[in-house]
Amino acid sequence: MTAEARVGHAYGPFAYTVTRAAIDAYVGAVGEDPELWGEIAPPMFAVVFAGPALAPGFADPQLGIDFSRLVHGGQEFRWPGPVVRAGDTVSTVARVRDVREAAGVRFYVFSTESHNDRGELVVAGVWTNIVRASA
Amino acid sequence: MSHEIRLSVPAPEGTTERYAAASGDHNPIHLDEAFARSVGLPGRILHGLWTAAQVARAATQAAPAGPLLDNGESGRPAYALAELSVQFRGMGQMGAPVTVSGSAEAGVDGTVSAKLEATQDGARLIRNGRARLRQA
Repeated sequence: MTAEARVGHAYGPFAYTVTRAAIDAYVGAVGEDPELWGEIAPPMFAVVFAGPALAPGFADPQLGIDFSRLVHGGQEFRWPGPVVRAGDTVSTVARVRDVREAAGVRFYVFSTESHNDRGELVVAGVWTNIVRASA
Repeated sequence: MSHEIRLSVPAPEGTTERYAAASGDHNPIHLDEAFARSVGLPGRILHGLWTAAQVARAATQAAPAGPLLDNGESGRPAYALAELSVQFRGMGQMGAPVTVSGSAEAGVDGTVSAKLEATQDGARLIRNGRARLRQA
């Protein structure tokens, strides 16, 4: 099986329960104002609950990603509306969206969809990862 | 009418440790100087998604004139990020501040669209940043 044949494969769901402590830590780490956000997660907190859903993909032997040469090429997020707040459990499914090679580097593109415990889509992401050519 | 965006963010020593702890991304290229150099990097690099978070913050702060915050108990911004896309280019390091610059424009449908990039010491970390905000 080639890596290309893995396109469409899903991993997860990965469930994450949001805590005020995790929001505070994230807000502090990126320099946002804690007074502003309080119990509400800033939009980019999506990386905290959706990022780990990619881990099985990075480790998938069928994809064969050389983690030591992996760099983040691009990131897209779409937030349909519902905010994420402390106490929410968010479940993320990751999918292999595209595998391709161009100019000697391999592109591994994943998509994620994260739903809250009311079944609402809170964020959809597209994660483009590049594996640098070996020397 | 287009509205200028500019946000300068310090990236002092400790930035990657704090971001690793908060995000769960403990890749040693961000944390271990010797490891980072061993894989051909100039040293520990900033997390790309830390820089992307600064782009998101700059875009949100670029909402049109008027109070950025509602007066409700949530205290959240009156404009919410609806979409963000970025392309990562250069590698940021700790030391010099990261600057997000760009422009925002209000659309007829009440949304705000922004184009942004992030630089450090004149080197581009993020290009082709695009954001869309909607009224929260």
